[in-house]
Amino acid sequence: MSVTIDTVRRIAGLARIAITEEEAARLAPELGNILGFIEQLGEVDTAGVAPMTAVIPNHLRLRDDVVTDGGIREAVLANAPQAEHGFFTVPKVIE
Amino acid sequence: MTELTDLGIAAIRDGVRAGDFSAREVAEAFVAAVAAAKPLNAFLVETPDHALAAADAADAARAAGEAPRPMAGVPIGMKDLFCTKGVPSTAASHILEGFTPQYESTVSQKLWDAGAGMLGKLNMDQFAMGSSNETSHFGNVVSPWRRSDGGNADLAPGGSSGGSSAAVAARIAPGATGTDTGGSIRQPAAFTGISGIKPTYGRCSRWGVIAFASSLDQAGPMARDVRDCAIMLEAMAGFDAKDATSLDVAVPQWEAGLTPSLKGKRVGIPKEYRVDGMPPEIEALWQQGIDWVRDAGAEVVEVSLPHTKYALPAYYIIAPAEASSNLARYDGVRYGLRDLPDGANLQEMYAKTRAEGFGDEVKRRILIGTYVLSAGFYDAYYTQAQKVRTLIAQDFDNAWERCDVLLTPTAPSAAFALGEKNADPIAMYLNDVFTVPSSLAGLPAMSVPGGVDAGGLPLGLQVIGKALDEQAVLNAALAIEQRAGFVARPGRWW
Repeated sequence: MSVTIDTVRRIAGLARIAITEEEAARLAPELGNILGFIEQLGEVDTAGVAPMTAVIPNHLRLRDDVVTDGGIREAVLANAPQAEHGFFTVPKVIE
Repeated sequence: MTELTDLGIAAIRDGVRAGDFSAREVAEAFVAAVAAAKPLNAFLVETPDHALAAADAADAARAAGEAPRPMAGVPIGMKDLFCTKGVPSTAASHILEGFTPQYESTVSQKLWDAGAGMLGKLNMDQFAMGSSNETSHFGNVVSPWRRSDGGNADLAPGGSSGGSSAAVAARIAPGATGTDTGGSIRQPAAFTGISGIKPTYGRCSRWGVIAFASSLDQAGPMARDVRDCAIMLEAMAGFDAKDATSLDVAVPQWEAGLTPSLKGKRVGIPKEYRVDGMPPEIEALWQQGIDWVRDAGAEVVEVSLPHTKYALPAYYIIAPAEASSNLARYDGVRYGLRDLPDGANLQEMYAKTRAEGFGDEVKRRILIGTYVLSAGFYDAYYTQAQKVRTLIAQDFDNAWERCDVLLTPTAPSAAFALGEKNADPIAMYLNDVFTVPSSLAGLPAMSVPGGVDAGGLPLGLQVIGKALDEQAVLNAALAIEQRAGFVARPGRWW
């Protein structure tokens, strides 16, 4: 299957990964090959087959609605690239 | 006297208990071996203080007459996918360079609670994406093995748990944690002549394990033999409320349950695993394995897993799809790398950070995942893959009506040279052809050394079992281990 350079740019945009024109040109045939490989799944008859949701039967557990964590602001912020006044900081998002 | 670094987990545990040597002596021997093995590039971070402190605690507990803990005095290596409190944890990526977790993963905590100590954090394929360790941001691990033809080509230790496999094979750690998403414990174990088991999905908590593909990721032990794996898996497994898919079932006493007799057991041989172009040596090893399990008392039956050929393409939809979602968290805001060019806005910061921080293979998989999940393609790719996954799991269920475990080769070849396969992503993906189906079905599966190829390199056999029946897997692997008498080991060149 062929993937266009425009498609690569669009997908990279969705994935929030900056790519150069050179990378887009290199990735297009690479992704095309991989998608061509996985497209053979289309030949499997899956009519009436339910998609897998859990490999091992399990049930979602409920827990008591109580606070079990908190008061660890320093730990939460310890690895932040930039933190000020007890918050994560990012570039201005509202003009 | 045998060198302490030649001992495995059981021998160290028993020797410390008996007072044949102290845990301190063991830890010091392995710490020195790790420090002397830099050319392997197996460790990203060395933590001798952690290993020595655990050893001293084990010795003090013994002196005080306390009941010994299950892994007291055993130093291990920790794959860098596990978050370890106060010790950098990067998943061998640039984007998490400098990340120092403020918490401990459940599995690593369980190992420390069992008395084990940490020699350091082990190199791996970046975010566990790879089969050769060549995607690590910090340089690939070099296998301790060399071909016997006198060639000095650096060989792949397998992946993604390649630091783990290399460390155990080189006798610089008696055991190591691994994680397996599509074969990342079993294939590196096979490449380096050691044992490794991926338990049933949900046995080991994923809490604190840096996520790759959450419906597939499972932690497991890698060690020198089957007994050592049983001991370590007992310490690692168990219910954890912090992981929504953790199984609330008791942890069996796998070591106590070990028996090499397969009387009354049926071993299935899936005919679809006889793939085109399989090297004759792999065929021969498989046949040898069949003879061994028969000798151990098993009845051998041929079974069919008709959807086997679709496992890899399904995996390369599901795993990248989950990865693209899981790795969305790396945005340069809360932890890890931030790349903020002058005047850049928030969106540009995200895109630059991720462009700088992720390696090529990780980007490739995020892009594939994003593509298959994108509007208009979701049903054709992702939903279809999950339906095929159901069929693959049904194939195994049907097989269990005729047998107790399955026996297959672990990988389609022995270790390849570094650089040999990384030009073609699909050639690399095909390495996992025998390990991926059981991952998709969540089943326990183990690789055990079976022999060597013409170049003197190890080859592994894989045993796959029913869900929650790790015991049958371990027992069949033990039967093979006893008959294989695998004693080959890499000569020290590092």
